[in-house]
Amino acid sequence: MSGHPGWEAVIGLEIHVQLATRSKIFSAAANRFGEPPNTLACPVDLGLPGVLPVPNEAPVGMAVRFGLAIDAEIRPKSHFERKNYFYPDLPKGYQISQFERPVVGAGRLQVRLDDGEAIEVGIVRAHLEEDAGKSIHDAYEGATGIDLNRAGTPLLEVVTGPDMHTPEQASACFRQLHSLVRYLGICDGDLSQGSMRCDVNVSVRPAGQEKLGERAEVKNLNSFRFVEKAAHFEIDRQIDRLQRGLPVARETRLYDSVKDETRPMRGKEQSNDYRYFPDPDLPPLALGEAFIESVRSTMPELPWDRRRRFLEEYGLGGITVGSRVGLMDGASLVGKELGKADRTISIPGDDRIDKTIVEYDADRLTRDPDIAAYFEEVVDAVRRAKRAVEDGGDQDGREATARQAKLAANWILGELTRHLNQEGLDFAKCKLPAAALGALIVRIEDQTISGKTAKILFDALWEGAAVGADGRPAAGGLADALKLVDGMIEARGLRQLSDSGELKALVAEVVAAHPQQAEQFRAGRHKVLGFFVGQVMRASGGKANPQQMQALLRDALAQGETAA
Amino acid sequence: MAAGLVRREWSSVELTEAALKRIARLDRSLNCFITLDADKALADARRADQALAMDRATPLTGIPLAHKDIFCIEGWRTTCASRMLADFVAPYTATAVARLQEAGTVTLGKLNMDEFAMGSSTETSFFGHTANPWALDRTPGGSSGGSAACVAAGLTAAATGTDTGGSIRQPAAFCGVTGLKPTYGRVSRYGMIAFASSLDQAGVLAGSVEDAALVLACMAGLDPSDATSSEHRDPWLEAVPRAGVGTLADGPLTVGLAKEFFKAIVAGGERIDEVRRTLERLGFRCLDLSLPHIAAAMPAYYVIAGAEASTNLSRYDGVRFGHRCAAPQSLADLYERSRGEGFGAEVKRRILTGTYALSAGYFDAYYLRAQKIRRLIAQDFAEAFKQADLLLAPTAPGTAFRRGQLTDDPVAMYQQDACTIPVNLAGLPALSLPCGLADGLPVGAQLIANHFDEERLLKTGAALQQATDWHERRPNLGWAEAA
Repeated sequence: MSGHPGWEAVIGLEIHVQLATRSKIFSAAANRFGEPPNTLACPVDLGLPGVLPVPNEAPVGMAVRFGLAIDAEIRPKSHFERKNYFYPDLPKGYQISQFERPVVGAGRLQVRLDDGEAIEVGIVRAHLEEDAGKSIHDAYEGATGIDLNRAGTPLLEVVTGPDMHTPEQASACFRQLHSLVRYLGICDGDLSQGSMRCDVNVSVRPAGQEKLGERAEVKNLNSFRFVEKAAHFEIDRQIDRLQRGLPVARETRLYDSVKDETRPMRGKEQSNDYRYFPDPDLPPLALGEAFIESVRSTMPELPWDRRRRFLEEYGLGGITVGSRVGLMDGASLVGKELGKADRTISIPGDDRIDKTIVEYDADRLTRDPDIAAYFEEVVDAVRRAKRAVEDGGDQDGREATARQAKLAANWILGELTRHLNQEGLDFAKCKLPAAALGALIVRIEDQTISGKTAKILFDALWEGAAVGADGRPAAGGLADALKLVDGMIEARGLRQLSDSGELKALVAEVVAAHPQQAEQFRAGRHKVLGFFVGQVMRASGGKANPQQMQALLRDALAQGETAA
Repeated sequence: MAAGLVRREWSSVELTEAALKRIARLDRSLNCFITLDADKALADARRADQALAMDRATPLTGIPLAHKDIFCIEGWRTTCASRMLADFVAPYTATAVARLQEAGTVTLGKLNMDEFAMGSSTETSFFGHTANPWALDRTPGGSSGGSAACVAAGLTAAATGTDTGGSIRQPAAFCGVTGLKPTYGRVSRYGMIAFASSLDQAGVLAGSVEDAALVLACMAGLDPSDATSSEHRDPWLEAVPRAGVGTLADGPLTVGLAKEFFKAIVAGGERIDEVRRTLERLGFRCLDLSLPHIAAAMPAYYVIAGAEASTNLSRYDGVRFGHRCAAPQSLADLYERSRGEGFGAEVKRRILTGTYALSAGYFDAYYLRAQKIRRLIAQDFAEAFKQADLLLAPTAPGTAFRRGQLTDDPVAMYQQDACTIPVNLAGLPALSLPCGLADGLPVGAQLIANHFDEERLLKTGAALQQATDWHERRPNLGWAEAA
């Protein structure tokens, strides 16, 4: 592998997914984060004498939903077992989990990597279990606090096969699972609040060796980046040890993000004998075909299906070089990374790069279901506006759709994402109504405004975006949004000079004011055209339509030629 | 008693006061009650009298009852007879008790038992032993010894109990009362402190089959708070409060006698023979048969019950409730001393053996093998019920033994349950009926029925009690006057 020729790393993940149910898995207590300690713990969660767990249907349905999404076997009969150990935040002295017969059996997951490649990762199993409470070690002098609000929170533990070989593959797999559970609506995906926690199992072996090396498990990672960094550190550490003739210990380690290193976990977890056995309080979980079918019939669109649909439906996969003229306005505004990628579009004949770029858009748009939904709303707004004007629908069909979609993608992944990131918001909390961005794009497309002025307008829209009492964008219908955008264009005088009369006069004026440069142009130094473009743009206050202006300039300069 | 309430011959408050008086006179010698609360009881009684006055009464309204201290009752101290829970006040009420309370019964108090229901003599209680009203130096059996002694001494007409390996039937036999262990799943386990979850079943001890049936009808039924409670509906049982137990209608039944049960008998065997003769006189057909695997029931039971108990009792760790040692020095110290001080010897013995049976390397040899035996025993019973409608067996090997007689010999103590344990392993309903005396002490006969066939079980029991007066024998309480 790169960095360590002659070595191969083997990585598997165990991911705890907190299921977004209203109640806990075995009690009626609410399943919420952020409430005062021990206010969401009922007698069942507290493990008081005589209380009994009763499984709720919601977590089971969510597990089945996950299983169906990864094409896994759904066990018609699975068992809850007790995992026995003592810890103060484990109220019953055992955790109810699934061991021998989990509800979801083997499945598989396609994982897309950042370089556009995809690998298949086997899912060994996914099982239901209850979470423990939380020990709070730093709040009280000389004592440990215990918050049992989390006790009994339903978890789906997903175990992958040892199918990843680089830290990047490991983090991409975690990211893919994160995307999937959000699409399935079974987890809020909030990593900062521990809604998903990832344990990374890493081992290394000389390339070509079949036998797996001894593995270390890095526990409780809560970001994609940490998964990648912890795996990097472990691979380096293990190879270094083996190269020095030292063994790798099978142990549990923790990742310290400040020092960027892993360390063996202290105390608690030596080699525990968990004494698993079937929980006699809970009969086997029997899932009838009807239940599984009812879950299947409510399956939402999955991220990979939506990605494929975006490529097909919005033609993100079929943009030809010739249609790029209209795209460049938007493209020039997007974030650095994407801007760079877009410039490569002009490399003629390189289909591979062309395709990668648009797949890259599709990946980024569909990774987060909120972004994907927002994107579709924006494109829909643009289409509806066009249809209203053109009265008869899209004349140029797929190409127009692709153009609008690309503009929408660029604005969403560029300017909008940048604004959200600056304010630390995610898409679910985006205050700018999709209709407003749609209206803006309509006015870019019909050349009422230039890309440059659109950016000014976007900032104004963002600042002025009203938020309703519920924290969501104030209702923004398309008609209202267009009225708002048009009003802002007029009020600020941002209308692009597209009208050839006014622009023509301006061009003539500029050409007349610079006879020397005009002479140079006519002498064949066509580079001075850039000088004229700048002058006209300045004279127009940035409002000149660049395409029309260039044509008019060429005409004007050529006319002078004839005149001379 | 109930009829008198309805006819207004006496009020519930009068009944309750009379019971409290009798308890005050007798319970110093018996020690049936761990907790007695006259104020709460009289408040219940006044409510019951109001319901009676407004004709909103059930057949149980106004009847004073007492509950084994294994049932949580909101606002009542619930100890399970353990130091561990000596100060635990439950914030909820067990479903079985809640249903009795909703039916208007009066809760007098909480009854003594073996600690965490582990024992056969009510000697392992942190609150002292309970005496057998037939002979104060003898045990009342266990673990529901407080309940059995309470009913036998006439302190209440009925009392709740629980039965994991015989804990209702064996004390019922020792004290000469009727004890009913329903089908597993018939009565909710919610709020009943767990010993061995797959075996525990709540039931009732009473003066007669009719009374036991009335209490069962009230306690039984599906409970959404207990995933193991059964959805089985029983129109006959639901009709018991109006129509009583009733009589067998579908011709003479066949009663099987498994020879393996009779091997265990050390005293009172002739009384069981008398039951057989009585049944035959009543038209029952008696049949000898075999349950070949029940010899292995005892070891299987102690492995399974111990395994489940070892983890059911993990929650008593001194962290959130229950006994906590003074000034713990570390987490390990907190666990070790809290549990070391809070649990008695028998409880510790079972936690240790159960933990051992579940440990890596021993799980297959003990736990899995025990489960196999359990399945074989269930199959034995299934086969037997192809030949017979009911089974007749002794409830216990002998009569009530002397206090202290078996305390140093746990295996001999475990033998007490030889005839009752197989029934729990198979989850069947069974009844212990008084069937006369041997050497002045009561003997119990056990009837066992197929799953959810409480109807024929109780109808047969009622038929026997109509034909005999064994269940009407009461202990001579002369010792109370002497005291």
